[in-house]
Amino acid sequence: MTRHLGQTPSQTVGPFYSMRLAAEGDNVLPIPDGGQRIVVKGKVFDADGKHVEDALIETWQANPVGGYNHPDDLRELGQSREFTGFARAQTDFQTGEYRIETVKPGRVPDPEGEMQAPHIAMIIQGRGMLNPLFTRFYFSDELQANQQDIVLRAVPAGRRATLIATLDEGSDPPTYVFDVRLQGESETVFFDV
Amino acid sequence: MTEPIVRHYGPRAYPDHPPFSYPDYRSTVKRAPSQDLLGIVKTLTESTGPGPIWSEISEDDADLTTNAGTGGEAIGERIIVTGRVLDEHGIGVPGTIVEIWQTNAAGRYVHWRDSKRKAPLDPNFIGVGQCVTDEEGTYRFLTIRPGPYPWGNHPNAWRPAHIHFSLMGPAIGSRLVTQMYFEGDPLLPLDPIYNSAPGHSRERMIGSYDHDITEEGWATGWRWDIVLRSEEGILEESEEDE
Ligand SMILES: [Fe+3]
Repeated sequence: MTRHLGQTPSQTVGPFYSMRLAAEGDNVLPIPDGGQRIVVKGKVFDADGKHVEDALIETWQANPVGGYNHPDDLRELGQSREFTGFARAQTDFQTGEYRIETVKPGRVPDPEGEMQAPHIAMIIQGRGMLNPLFTRFYFSDELQANQQDIVLRAVPAGRRATLIATLDEGSDPPTYVFDVRLQGESETVFFDV
Repeated sequence: MTEPIVRHYGPRAYPDHPPFSYPDYRSTVKRAPSQDLLGIVKTLTESTGPGPIWSEISEDDADLTTNAGTGGEAIGERIIVTGRVLDEHGIGVPGTIVEIWQTNAAGRYVHWRDSKRKAPLDPNFIGVGQCVTDEEGTYRFLTIRPGPYPWGNHPNAWRPAHIHFSLMGPAIGSRLVTQMYFEGDPLLPLDPIYNSAPGHSRERMIGSYDHDITEEGWATGWRWDIVLRSEEGILEESEEDE
């Protein structure tokens, strides 16, 4: 007989999560061979446009050749397994900004055999958030790839811009700004992953 | 070249989880999305995650009574908290990173934002721990029983004693952060965070006293199993078995 257990309900990480999650340094990933260092930063805004001062940001991404460091992805892509692809950051209590130092991810196949545009998955949690919010962001300098991306194409055209991290022209290392709007005008697209 | 495996997870059971906006917990109102979540095609991105690889965890981290590293022991009621991380079919989920944080026995967090609270700190207690589930999906912590603490949500508001749990399994799509409460706590019916979960599912967050876990002359034992969203594939197979 199938034993169907109910999922344990989600609860807020509360304001004190940084005791355990998001330790110093968790927001900086090593640069694997062939990796291009990039910075992703941004703020999380509430319904009133006020920055959320205690959000937990987690990101998961492919390495520079589009491989995930995971037993389900054992393709020989010539990458070392040192790059975990997982980063954690918190928004700064004063400025509201999070910052992740990582590398530009490669392209990952979609279920139809095409290549997805480079993207990074993000989970947003915080005080006053009873469930995690899942999104993913793309890069403003990957216009052509973005137009072909299977996920982005399925997002209503008017909301796609909420998923694009914008390159800060002239920044070194290349710095992308990705803000998250939890509610209201230009609300970020969140996915039922 | 080996093709990647894209696993299909069953739905996140939103009717079993709290709503995004729950006005009794005031700060949810401005932080909840107003638009529906968008469906997403299943790709490798969401069906993988850092759990299996990202596990540089030392065994000492599962003992919160000594992991402050001071050589001293935390003050309070010593407890063992153990259980299994399961999928929806009762199969253990090995290799899950379990991270916990909690107050000390006096209801005080070791966190700069909890500094207004007139409750003592314990120099031998940092209130954090972590472990990885074994082959059966079992986790186990030795800690001290946390205390209730006041908060500003409404007049005379107190959080029931709880331990925050973060679980990172094999896929980011099954990510879960939750809290374990203690059986019989009189503050539970008064707590909007606990009550934000629907009536039919909130008791899944309650750990039970278990005399088989209790160790003579040492620590009382509490059992709490956690159920993560699981793969659809497994669901179909086990239904065929019936
Ligand atoms: Fe708490």
